[in-house]
Amino acid sequence: MSVTYLEAIREAQARALADDPRVYIYGQDVGSFGGAFKATKGLAQQFPGRVFDAPISEDAMVGSAVGAAIEGMRPIIEMQFADFSTPGFNQIINQAATLYWRTQIPCPITIRLPSGGTSGSGPFHSQSMEALFAHYPGLIVMTPATVEDAYSMLLEAVAIDDPVIFCEHKFLYYHLKADKLPTESIPAGKARVARPGRDLTIVAYSAMVHEALAVAEELALEGTEIEVVDLRTIKPIDTDTIVASVARTGRVLVVGEAFPWGGVTAEVVARVATEAFGLLDAPPQRLNAKDTPIPYHPDLWAVHRPTARSISAAVRNLLQM
Amino acid sequence: MVTSPIFDLRPSDPTAERDIFVTTFRWMLLARTVDEKLAGLYRAGKIPGGGVYLGKGQEAVSASLGVSLQQGDVYAPLIRDGAGRLAFGETVIEALRTCLGSVLGPMRGRDGNVHRGRPKDGYLPMISHLGAMISVVNGALMAKRRRGEQHFVGATCLGEGGTSTGAFHEGMNQAGVERLPFVMLVTDNQYAYSTPTSRQFACKSLESRAAAYGFQAHSIDGTNLADCLRGLGSAVTQARNGGGPQLVIARLLRLCGHGEHDDASYVDDRLKNSPLGRDCMVVAEQRVIAEGWADKQEIQSWRAQASSEVEAAVVQVQTEASPDPYTERWSALKSTHLLDGFLNA
Repeated sequence: MSVTYLEAIREAQARALADDPRVYIYGQDVGSFGGAFKATKGLAQQFPGRVFDAPISEDAMVGSAVGAAIEGMRPIIEMQFADFSTPGFNQIINQAATLYWRTQIPCPITIRLPSGGTSGSGPFHSQSMEALFAHYPGLIVMTPATVEDAYSMLLEAVAIDDPVIFCEHKFLYYHLKADKLPTESIPAGKARVARPGRDLTIVAYSAMVHEALAVAEELALEGTEIEVVDLRTIKPIDTDTIVASVARTGRVLVVGEAFPWGGVTAEVVARVATEAFGLLDAPPQRLNAKDTPIPYHPDLWAVHRPTARSISAAVRNLLQM
Repeated sequence: MVTSPIFDLRPSDPTAERDIFVTTFRWMLLARTVDEKLAGLYRAGKIPGGGVYLGKGQEAVSASLGVSLQQGDVYAPLIRDGAGRLAFGETVIEALRTCLGSVLGPMRGRDGNVHRGRPKDGYLPMISHLGAMISVVNGALMAKRRRGEQHFVGATCLGEGGTSTGAFHEGMNQAGVERLPFVMLVTDNQYAYSTPTSRQFACKSLESRAAAYGFQAHSIDGTNLADCLRGLGSAVTQARNGGGPQLVIARLLRLCGHGEHDDASYVDDRLKNSPLGRDCMVVAEQRVIAEGWADKQEIQSWRAQASSEVEAAVVQVQTEASPDPYTERWSALKSTHLLDGFLNA
C-alpha cells in the first residue's frame, strides 16, 4: 500500500470536505470528471453539490471565492494549470490579498496551482508562479516537496484564515510515493533539513528538493556532505533554518525551477547576505531555469531547468571557491 | 456619534409612491450635499491623498438601487454611488471618515474615498479594477444559496466603460450560468473618464448584451427618478423572486469630471444640452412640487437638514485622529504566526 503525491492531494481535499461543511471545491472540470489530473476524482460523487465545475473564467473563479469567503465559506479553487492563474491574477493579488488588511474580514481561500515543468508541456503548461504571488503582501505561498507535505500542508492551507497559494508540482504527482499519509507534520512556515551535511547547503523547494537530494547522494560517494534545506513555504521563508544551515556549512547554493530574474532564489541569497555574511566561506550562489520561455522539446526542456547534473556542476564549482 | 436623521424614513409601505419617491429624493439631496462638501474640502486641500470622486448627476439611479435593496442583500457600489450607499445604510459620518482619513472610519486610513464598505453587512468595498466586484457578489450569493437562505439579492454597479473589461464578461457569464439573483446596474454616463462611448463599445445597445449572458434587460432614463425607481425596483423584485439575473442600463450624462481634478472640458456641448444632460435632482424636485408632495419651502428645509447633518459630521471627523504610522500594525495577514519574520521585524 502506498500513496502518491497526487493521491495525497485528493485525500487532503476529501478530508477537508468531510471535516468542514464550509469547504467546497470550484474549478474547471473538477466535478464529475474529477479534474484534469484527477486531483478531485470521486469527490463530486462523495460530496454532492460541493465539488463543481467552473466556466473557463479564472478571474471569476477567484472573485467568487472571495465573495464566498466573506460569507464564511472556505473555498478551494483549482487552477487547471498554474500558468492559468494569470487571468485570475488581479482577483488574487488585489481582492483576496488585500481584503483582511482593508476590512479585517478574513479571506480563507486556498488556490491550488498545478505547477512546474513536465517533459513536453511547453511554455504555457509548465510555469512556476510562486515568486509572483509571494511578492504581494497578504498571501501565503506553499510549495510542498513530499507526499507527506502535500497532504498535511493542503489541510493546513484550508484551515488558515488567509489566502493560500498552494503550488503542487506536477512532476511529482505520479512517481513520488509514500507508505502512508502522515498523522503529524511540521507546521507551515517552517523549513525542513531534508538531509544533513557539513560541507555545503543547497536550499531548494518543490521538485528541486529531489534534484538536490540526488546530488547530495552522488557527492556523498566522494566524501562530500551536502545539507539540503527544503523551504516548504516560500512566503513566509524560514530564514532562521537557512542561516543555521549556512552556519554549519559556510557555503550555500539556492536552487529554483522558476525563471532567474528575482524570485525565491534571489530572495534567499539576499537574506543570507544580510543575515549570515560573516558565516560564509564563499559567495552565495543561485541556480534557476534559463531566461527564456519553457521549451516544448524534451531535449531542450531537460537543459532549460536545473537538474541533478547542472546542480552538481554548480556545487562542485562552489566547493572550489 | 452623528447618525443620519433621515435614515429611518425608509417607508414602511414601499408601494406608496409618494413615500418612496420623497424618501429616495432625500437620499439624493443628502448625497449631493455630501459631494458638494467634499468638493469644497478638496479645493481647500483638506482631503488626504487628494482624490475626490463625485456622483453628480447619478444620484437618482444610484439611490434607486439602494432603496430597492434590503437587509440580507449584497451590495457592491462603485465610484459614483454616494446616494446608493446612504440609501443602503451607510451613514454620512462613515463616508466622511473614509474620505478624510479618520482612524475611526471603516477602512481606518488603510483605504480611502470610494473604497469603503462593511462586508459583514453585505456592503462590499470596491477595488479599483472595474468589473472585479461582479464575481465577488456572485460568490457571496452562491454562499447564501448554499446555506439555504432565500429571497436575497446581490447588486453591483458599473459605468459603460466597465463593461469593456474581461472581469465584466467573466462575472456576467458566471452569474448567468449559476442563475443568481443578481442585478447588474450599468450607468451609461457617456464618458469613461474622457473616453466617449463610440470608443468604448460597438454593439448597438448595451442591453443587447443581456441575452448573451442569460440576463433579462431593463432600460431606464437615469435623469428621471420615477423611471429609475420603476426600473430598478422591477429588476430587484424579479431577481428576488427567482427571475434570474437582471441587467439594468441607465442613461444620463456625468455632470462632473471623472474626479474633482478633472474639468471635463472634453464633454460635448450637444450632450450637455440634450435630455441626457438634465440634472436628476432638478427633475425630481420638479416632480415633487408638481405632485404636491412638498412645496419649495419644505424642500429647502430638507436641504438645510442635510446640510446641517453634513456640516456636523465634518466638524466631528476633523477632530478625530488620523492613523498613526508608528502604532499601525504593519501586517497583511490574520495568521500572525505565518508572518515572515525577516520582512516584519
